[in-house]
Amino acid sequence: MAGEGAHSLSRPGVFIAVALLSAGVLGYEILLARLLAIVHWHHFAYMIIAVALLGFGAAGSLVAVFQRPLLARFRWTFGIAALGFGAGAPLAFALAQSLPFNALEIAWDRAQPAWLFALYLVLSLPFLSAALALALAFRAHAARAGALYRMDLVGAGLGALGMVFLLDALPLADALRAVGVLGAASGGIVLLWGRAHRLARGGALLAVAAGLALPAALPDDWLRPHPSPYKGLSLALTAPDARIVAERHGPLGWITAVESPAVPFRHAPGLSLLAPSGPPEQIGLFTDGGAPSAITPANADLRYLEAETAALPYHLIERPRVLVLGAGGGAEVLRALHHHARAVDAVELNPDVLALVREVLADTPGAAWEGGSVRTHVADARSFAARSSDQWDLIQIALVDSFSAAAAGVHALDESLLYTVEAFETFLDRLAPGGVLAVTRWLKLPPRDSLKLLWTARRALEARGVADPASRLAMIRGWKTTTLVIGSGHFGDDAITRLRAFADAYAFDLVWHPGLGESDANRHNRLAQPEFHRGAAAILGPDPEDFAARYKFALRPATDDRPFFFHSLKWATLPELLALRAQGGLPLVEWGFVILVATLVQGAIAATLLILLPLLALRTPRASDTPTPPRWRVVVFFASLGLAFLFIEIAFMQRFAVFLGHPLYAIAVVLAGLLVFAGLGAGATDRLARLAGGRPPITLAAGGIIVVGGAYIGLLPWVFDAAQGWPVAARIAAALALLGPIGFLLGMPFPLGLKALGARAPALVPWAWGINACASVVSASLATFIALHVGFTPVLGCAFVLYAFAATVTPWRVRR
Amino acid sequence: MRWGCFLFSLLAVAALLLVGAPSAANKSDDPFAEARAAMVRAVAETTEETAEWLGKTALAPRVMEAMGRVPRHLFVPPDLQDMGYLNRPLPIGYGQTISQPYIVALMTDLLEPEPGDVAFELGTGSSYQAAVLAELVSEVYTVEIVPPLAESATERLETLGYDNVTVRAGDGYHGWPEHAPFDIIVVTAAASHVPPPLIAQLKPGGRMVIPVGSPFLTQHLLLVEKGGDGTVTSRQILPVIFVPLTGGH
Repeated sequence: MAGEGAHSLSRPGVFIAVALLSAGVLGYEILLARLLAIVHWHHFAYMIIAVALLGFGAAGSLVAVFQRPLLARFRWTFGIAALGFGAGAPLAFALAQSLPFNALEIAWDRAQPAWLFALYLVLSLPFLSAALALALAFRAHAARAGALYRMDLVGAGLGALGMVFLLDALPLADALRAVGVLGAASGGIVLLWGRAHRLARGGALLAVAAGLALPAALPDDWLRPHPSPYKGLSLALTAPDARIVAERHGPLGWITAVESPAVPFRHAPGLSLLAPSGPPEQIGLFTDGGAPSAITPANADLRYLEAETAALPYHLIERPRVLVLGAGGGAEVLRALHHHARAVDAVELNPDVLALVREVLADTPGAAWEGGSVRTHVADARSFAARSSDQWDLIQIALVDSFSAAAAGVHALDESLLYTVEAFETFLDRLAPGGVLAVTRWLKLPPRDSLKLLWTARRALEARGVADPASRLAMIRGWKTTTLVIGSGHFGDDAITRLRAFADAYAFDLVWHPGLGESDANRHNRLAQPEFHRGAAAILGPDPEDFAARYKFALRPATDDRPFFFHSLKWATLPELLALRAQGGLPLVEWGFVILVATLVQGAIAATLLILLPLLALRTPRASDTPTPPRWRVVVFFASLGLAFLFIEIAFMQRFAVFLGHPLYAIAVVLAGLLVFAGLGAGATDRLARLAGGRPPITLAAGGIIVVGGAYIGLLPWVFDAAQGWPVAARIAAALALLGPIGFLLGMPFPLGLKALGARAPALVPWAWGINACASVVSASLATFIALHVGFTPVLGCAFVLYAFAATVTPWRVRR
Repeated sequence: MRWGCFLFSLLAVAALLLVGAPSAANKSDDPFAEARAAMVRAVAETTEETAEWLGKTALAPRVMEAMGRVPRHLFVPPDLQDMGYLNRPLPIGYGQTISQPYIVALMTDLLEPEPGDVAFELGTGSSYQAAVLAELVSEVYTVEIVPPLAESATERLETLGYDNVTVRAGDGYHGWPEHAPFDIIVVTAAASHVPPPLIAQLKPGGRMVIPVGSPFLTQHLLLVEKGGDGTVTSRQILPVIFVPLTGGH
């Protein structure tokens, strides 16, 4: 074959280069998700990246069609493509953020879809470039597919892990440059490895130098993300003299504090219309340029905190010990202190938020709220409660996410393990006798989240053996927020009297308390009908299923297996909402859901085209007299593997999230861990082939995945329960021990298939590689889509079926 | 020929709609008159479609006439003038938008403006809402945070002859005590809460409207009413026709 001799000289270099390039690509993917979440909104970030990743599929097709000329100059084509990724990664982002795409206007403006398409194209180029190099490497070294795939996956795993650390250590612009350096290094190794003509070496050196210099030379301002002008931070900065006084960036987000002396920042979500005074002058607090909240000094006038629905529990319990879940800028901590709480434990997920609040309040004596009776904990709320053996009189789930996102339905598809039936059970277990769990959420019209919360609480109480859950529940609503209280015992007459007095004093309405009549439920913030109370009565009545089936929005409680609390759109309601566009139907549409479906559809169409198009040009030269496998088998086999691998990866990230206690550990341990273990498995495929004797090794690998994975479905909850109290290092070790075997097996089928294909029809290798890449991209949104409708366990089930299916259609099982 | 008839009938409808509203819009040399009339019709149609939810089939004729008079194309950036009369929100810079005409009309209708009323607006933005109110009440006081927007609003309103509107750049949180109390208050700047000073500056019997949502999407409208005895109640109005919430199986 053309060029085979030339590139085999550089094999060790190519293997290292592949690892570096893979590390760069995965790092870029994670970084791009951060950057685009700041510039736009995170659901759009998700869609843009998912579509741009199809550049991988396109590269497979290109290499499949033009493999002869590309392979003939392997060193140069690989080198230049890798350098192209290095230079293109930062440049593409700079260009992408200069495009006038406005996600909010997409439903109104016909030009916006075109800009979105331009965004896809620009961002797909670096992926295309990297994938050209990778697909070529697999084509050139198909015989050693296992070893090459090992470098590919181990590189990817380390790239993911490395980026999590880089995001903490470097400014975002420099993290982009670091990705550029990985690309340049990868290209440089291949171009400069081994002997070459002096002229060629000079040219290569020049190319590598240019590749390294370009990312460094790009101005900081191009590479720093600029949030959309419609995001809270941008809006806050339009006030005269407003400025960012402190900022932190890390893998969980970019946190900024904004001071605005001329038009002071004041944040009091849903403050009662009867509040005698508003909040004091505060410091604005933004995550990724959105999600506005505020930092309030402890020594300011805090009376406004009495006039929000979240103050309700303090009228039911006196001087409680409080657990605040979601410390944020401190509103719930201060509310507890203002209401004379005996002690406060405040849990915050993001250490940067606590550090920033400390920094901002440090200058003013008496402003800080940490210390004394307030203890802060950096942890995931759910895991903190699960691991604790303490009890509290009040567990307060703070309203920490932004309203504009919720109002516009942007939040819809955020998985949340905070508002599931299992989470509520955990919190209820941590209540002292007579204690209360309080949950405050944004009010949505028509009623959705609030009814879902009531049903979630009902289920959790029932699971804890409570015969009459409705007697332990109460809910009030203001014009913008609702607060649900769940008692560890039932609410008696005295509690109800106090609750009613509080609601009356601040013009809040009663949604539910034992014995509430309809005439009392719609007095202050009036709706056309008392829909909240009617919904509550139905949900807490004898047949909530019947009511939910007839309701226009989905109300079924979220569970750990289907943790989509914010999703309440029913398919059947969608056309009606879209038809009501001009009358304001759009905010009800839930963009997260629409974007998920849009991503899936776009991905499926593009993937199909990318897979089918090369067939028009592809002639299969035979390597030997072995029969060529039918192409449909190649498609089905490699697509099944691509889909199944990601299904398992995504479902496991979900499974391990609560156990590991932090979403970052889920990425670092599960994603990186699975990739590295899979890499090791890929490297061991030759040994597996020997072990298998006469049997096809793919059957062994697929069988192993199904047996081990299936066992995990039953085993994991049990292990998690037993090990939940362990220190974090031990939990990470346990997670790695669990992920090891399945990861190892997961790495095997793809290189086995690639190697077998390479022996029979080498020209089809890049195409097969592209099919796998396309399927992986589609798989990510497909997994979420399936989980949304039936749960994550069925996602795992689908993965097992796909592996079994792949094992039966292996392209090399063709009789002569 | 048929095209000419169509144009003629459009003009006739526009003229009918604008009877009794002598202003720039009526002049035949106004190239946007037709578009403006179409916009008013679109608002009327949308209102009719949402009648069940709103509890009425049409907005107050005075409000519709005002919508037919204010030259919305002059309140949008010059490059978007052609879209000035579409029933959609448009960007005006600084992360702000000019609201959808239907929402402006609905908000104005909810305020039940009377000729002698004094109005306060928090968040001038394009000043379109202020201009619509200026057509209907005696005085409008409006405050804008972003100084360049306040400046351009002042200039624009002056050019168009709205001498009953006063624009101020700055913090509107504390209202405008010198001109309080107000019969009408509009809070268009996205706020986490209704500033208590504004409730205090609302006259007994007065009405306040607040759109809740994000820049391009109004989720619902909050109408705050102060009774003659000073009691405060609010209504939440979804601009969408959406009944019944529970259908058959």
